[in-house]
Amino acid sequence: MFDALADRLNNVFRGLRGRGKITEENVGEVMREIRSALLEADVHLDVATEFCKDVQEKAIGAEVINTLKPADVMVKIVHDELAELMGPVDPKIPFVSPGPTVLLMAGLQGSGKTTTCGKMAKMLSERAKRPLMVAADLKRPAAIDQLEVLGSQINVPVYTERGHDNAVKVCRNGIKHAKKNDHDVVILDTAGRLAIDDELMGELEKVAGAVNPQQVYLVLDAMTGQDAVNTAKIFNERLELDGCILTKFDSDTRGGAALSVKRVTGKPIKFIGVGEKLDAIEEFHPQRIAGRILGMGDIVGLVEQAQKHYDEEEAKKLEGKMASGKFGLDDFLLQLKKMK
Amino acid sequence: MTTQEPSPARKGLFARLRQGLSRSSTALKGGIATIFTHAKLDAAMLDELEDLLITSDIGALTAQTLTARLAKDRFDKEISPQEVRAILSGEIAKILAPIARPLEIDPAHTPYIVLMVGVNGTGKTTTIGKLAQRLKGQGKSVMLAAGDTFRAAAIEQLQIWGTRVGVPVVAGSVGADAAGLAFEAVEKAQSQKMDVLLIDTAGRLQNKAGLMAELEKITRVIRKRDPSGPHAVILVLDATTGQNALSQVEAFKQTADVTGLIMTKLDGTARGGILVALAEKFGLPIHAIGVGEGVDDLQPFDAAAFAEALTGAES
Ligand SMILES: Nc1nc2c(ncn2[C@@H]2O[C@H](COP(=O)(O)OP(=O)(O)OP(=O)(O)O)[C@@H](O)[C@H]2O)c(=O)[nH]1
Ligand SMILES: [Mg+2]
Repeated sequence: MFDALADRLNNVFRGLRGRGKITEENVGEVMREIRSALLEADVHLDVATEFCKDVQEKAIGAEVINTLKPADVMVKIVHDELAELMGPVDPKIPFVSPGPTVLLMAGLQGSGKTTTCGKMAKMLSERAKRPLMVAADLKRPAAIDQLEVLGSQINVPVYTERGHDNAVKVCRNGIKHAKKNDHDVVILDTAGRLAIDDELMGELEKVAGAVNPQQVYLVLDAMTGQDAVNTAKIFNERLELDGCILTKFDSDTRGGAALSVKRVTGKPIKFIGVGEKLDAIEEFHPQRIAGRILGMGDIVGLVEQAQKHYDEEEAKKLEGKMASGKFGLDDFLLQLKKMK
Repeated sequence: MTTQEPSPARKGLFARLRQGLSRSSTALKGGIATIFTHAKLDAAMLDELEDLLITSDIGALTAQTLTARLAKDRFDKEISPQEVRAILSGEIAKILAPIARPLEIDPAHTPYIVLMVGVNGTGKTTTIGKLAQRLKGQGKSVMLAAGDTFRAAAIEQLQIWGTRVGVPVVAGSVGADAAGLAFEAVEKAQSQKMDVLLIDTAGRLQNKAGLMAELEKITRVIRKRDPSGPHAVILVLDATTGQNALSQVEAFKQTADVTGLIMTKLDGTARGGILVALAEKFGLPIHAIGVGEGVDDLQPFDAAAFAEALTGAES
């Protein structure tokens, strides 16, 4: 799994007998391999196609043509381009004063909004904030209870109203409650909804209009396929997203949705959820995810691990190689073997 | 669910499904129309057609296979958009038809034990509610078991469904052993002579060995009360999931002996094309599809209708 793409590219170049170099003629076949790797990773078709076009232009550059290890160089170009497209990421929350700073979680059913609210709240209380969570999912059975349980686990109060289904009212009152009780951050949990559900999308617009959130996050399942672009596009049109939170990144998904979402909305992935526990949230690092989308594993993570296992000098050599683009497949495999 | 003549109410629902599916297939339909207006089938057209299939999550490989089949007889011949859709739809229906099989409740087992499994948030609990409604409507006695003892308020969620549908729910306490709860539920369903027992489980990612092992344990413990159970293990898949669904089916099949699939959230824009790839690779029955959050939003899986909606073909 680590070197699926590099392997395939090596095969392409090997097939070109003795002329293992990237040229105008053979780059087409190389790009087809890259495109199919991206599709396997669930990058949206149009995004993958455009991406390959851009990369192709870069690859036919002179430095590449004369290289001795075209497959590795190609992988590096693709990797860096992916990382660049998914960045830049600034996960900082723009706190306002006087508060409270309002964060809104929106997304499809089952994407992980409620759990993400709990994770955000925990993270913020650890950063000396006094968050309040507002249970504005008045639709799914026991959604309010779920947020209350999470709140009690992390000692964060939850504002609830039962017996009606007016999400705008709950959010408005929740913020009033926050002001009265000195909460400097309010996190709004909303009901999951389909992007094409006009009525419910309208409700979200009303919530956003009523409370003016400082950050609107789309919470999206990292295992999402081609549909990620539809969802992200519509939510962004109706809500003006500030960023996206990809959940369930601890699955074995390649996570191509990350690239699709950034490309169609222009809004970055800011956080990823990496487990069911409430501290399992991390800032998004495009560098790390790029390798994963390509099926190469987390290259940066590997280098970090290597640092732990070897004397510093060896790690430095490795870093130097990577920085200069000389980090080849054989180096990579050697590192892997040593680690085991 | 067993097949029966659709009642007027169910026809209404089916129409709704068609509407939902055709909404998501408009893009594909429009695409085909622009490619094939009045021309001979050539390589460029096939490429574009392949691309259109890929956007339904069918997977690059399956898309290639399907367009190759189309090319076999039709290459370089005049072909109309309607023909293209019909042929494609026919090919897809041929793959899906053998596995479109409703969940049959074998009356030889009382209770007939159904275990619901899947990754987090796919719709297991909701689907149990819908299934219970359907089975109760067929005159069967149904009991639910709140086997998700892990997720916050998962027990309450299933209890609300129990009340909504009017069926009893066996529940323990949060954090209790899920296998123990399943054991207790089988015992209760046996002593109360229930026809069907639907057991909910916590969502789990297929790559977490520890959590997958817990599923094995649940199965083992069920067998202590009934060596023939569980009689059905249904993997619930979310239609928005991409190629990862392949890995989900593979892993759950291996550790939990999955016997069939239900795909949810087909009322959205996701078209669920991955079902075609899954059909070719695993051949597991598809019992039903979820088309909304309401108690009646569960439909039998109709291969031809699904294929038509996927390709934009009209019958
Ligand atoms: N639109 C739509 N929503 C659905 C469908 N099936 C389930 N849902 C929604 O998806 C969300 C998750 O459903 P659950 O039944 O809680 O999913 P689960 O698999 O039990 O989730 P966990 O137990 O948390 O893993 C809920 O908001 C459901 O209402 C469907 O067919 N269509
Ligand atoms: Mg559940």
